Amino acid sequence: MSNPHLPWEARIVERIQESPGLFTLRLQLSDAAAQGDYRFAPGQFNMLYLHGAGEVAISIVSDPEDESLIDHTIRAVGRVTRGLEQLKAGERIGLRGPYGRGWPLAAAEGRDIVVITGGLGCAPVVSVIEYIARRRHQFGRLNIVQGVKHSSDLIWRERYAAWSRLADTRVLLAADAGEPWWPFHIGRITDLFGQLQFDPRRVSVMMCGPEGMMRVAARNMGAAGVNDTDIWLSMERNMQCALGHCGHCQYGAKFICRDGPVFSFDEVRELFEVKGF
Amino acid sequence: MTQALSFLPRPRLQALIDALHAAGFRCIGPRVAEGVIAYDALEEAAQLPWGVSETQAPGHYRLGASDTQRCFAWANGPQALKPLLFAPRENLWRSRRAADGGLRFEETLPGSAPLAVIGVRPCDIAALALQDQHFLQQEVSDPYYARRRRDLFLVAVNCTHPAATCFCVSTGDGPRASEGYDIALTELADGYLLEAHSERGRDIAAALPLETAAEAHIAAADTALQQAAEAQQRRLPGTDLQAPLFANLNHPRWDEVAARCLSCGNCTSVCPTCFCYSEHDAPALDGGEVTHSREWDSCFTQGHSYIHGITIRAETAPRYRQWLTHKLGSWHAQYGRSGCVGCGRCLTWCPVGIDLTEEAAAICGEVAPP
Ligand code: SF4
Ligand code: SF4
Ligand code: FES
Repeated sequence: MSNPHLPWEARIVERIQESPGLFTLRLQLSDAAAQGDYRFAPGQFNMLYLHGAGEVAISIVSDPEDESLIDHTIRAVGRVTRGLEQLKAGERIGLRGPYGRGWPLAAAEGRDIVVITGGLGCAPVVSVIEYIARRRHQFGRLNIVQGVKHSSDLIWRERYAAWSRLADTRVLLAADAGEPWWPFHIGRITDLFGQLQFDPRRVSVMMCGPEGMMRVAARNMGAAGVNDTDIWLSMERNMQCALGHCGHCQYGAKFICRDGPVFSFDEVRELFEVKGF
Repeated sequence: MTQALSFLPRPRLQALIDALHAAGFRCIGPRVAEGVIAYDALEEAAQLPWGVSETQAPGHYRLGASDTQRCFAWANGPQALKPLLFAPRENLWRSRRAADGGLRFEETLPGSAPLAVIGVRPCDIAALALQDQHFLQQEVSDPYYARRRRDLFLVAVNCTHPAATCFCVSTGDGPRASEGYDIALTELADGYLLEAHSERGRDIAAALPLETAAEAHIAAADTALQQAAEAQQRRLPGTDLQAPLFANLNHPRWDEVAARCLSCGNCTSVCPTCFCYSEHDAPALDGGEVTHSREWDSCFTQGHSYIHGITIRAETAPRYRQWLTHKLGSWHAQYGRSGCVGCGRCLTWCPVGIDLTEEAAAICGEVAPP
């Protein structure tokens, strides 16, 4: 029996600086057979290990059909992620995974899609958008909503531009505050919800970002007639083991590492309205 | 009891230790050390706590003398089975930096030697079943726990002397052990009523100088255990508190208990079912080799709910609520029963004497049985 705690060695094939403090590591497992067998679903995550610092849970952003590279977009916010930020192509780290349950992409086929994010470089939904963009004809209307605090926080401007050129796709951007040149909305993302195009009975809503934002967005979607079971969100909590054992990621009876990180709104709504879980 | 019962006269108790040694087990059992009764190596029956008693109350534990010549006339001390299997601190693996810059990962599994524990109480056997469920019976099985669990032999001792803090009757876990052990003893005036419960237990029992249990022995054990059950004053307000706890997440009692609670985490470390741990990297001085370890953690610590610069439970009230709603509430959804086996340790070892049965009753009210 292999030890579920033990990482594999992974090599950094490429490192991309996305914006200050945000970078992407493109990884390959050193063991060719392990890399060949590695399969994941968008929304799942890996535990990345930095020698001497520890492990951190990071969402996988590459395409599940890319069998050669496993990409992670990482924000340098803690000891381990700041250490990972210093690494260069060719250096080695540890990786174990994939863990958890990803987005319900198979079930979302043929339906309208609303992707809602707040904050900076929300990796879990980038993987969803890229996934749908590559298989555009398999899904209905695509709506992408992104909110940022300040217009200067928006990253991946070209990506948003490229996504907005996809067939039957709307990209709606909002900043709480912005410079005069900001061509998009100033205000809350919920102000833009009237412009979304979807059939509330045939839509999959996927969200990630601050819980306050998701709470408001879920309420709005509910008011628009979307079922709680069609609203999906990616949750984050402290994770030590990713194996359902260390207890840190518990959210009520759920282990976010194992039962999530993606949940339908009806699975979490009881606690979602309460602070402190 | 379904198994055949035997009687082991008190002077022959040593034979049990000898038989376990002969079968290749290292034995540990209750002994007095540093003012408490805790497990330690056991070679001689004489090392057991003969004539020792204890008194417990919320925030209080004191050893005393008992007038009988018994060695199990006391209730559990702070130590459960938990630290024997889920180590308070242990190494998980090593990361070595090779000359070519590569990393080599090597697991550091504990050695496993057959271990027999003499004197396990029914609540701790129930807690062990819960830890087994958590660490061994989910999608992923924990190899460190599994190693230590593999060759564990349990000699249960039914509880004839519960403490004032015990409430195992209300959780359904005592004072008589019902499953999950190899041999069970009930201490009587002149010896031990013995029940061999497993195949291994019967093998050991076969090597003992046993007598057939007399009707009087069986009746005396039944009476003693019934009296022990009746002596328990504390109870939980229901067997499944999941619904009432989650219906009362804004109850004012959370703030009231938080005003007393020191958030010290004593309760979670003495609790035989708490399973939280955190992981740590300890670099060697030259940085070339790093040991990755884990250590018990508690939902009462600041770090437990820390993520990306935010502490989800920065105050004591949400921490106490996390502990109680998990232990008595969401545990039902996770493992099909409450996470509390009524051992009373979190009451006794709380420095300010917080009583979880009182808190649960204040928050839930009386809950009708299902
Ligand atoms: S919650 Fe308290 S009484 Fe219940 S099992 Fe844990 S320590 Fe024992
Ligand atoms: S309930 Fe008591 S033992 Fe538990 S953390 Fe609070 S003060 Fe410590
Ligand atoms: S991260 Fe350890 S239980 Fe989920």
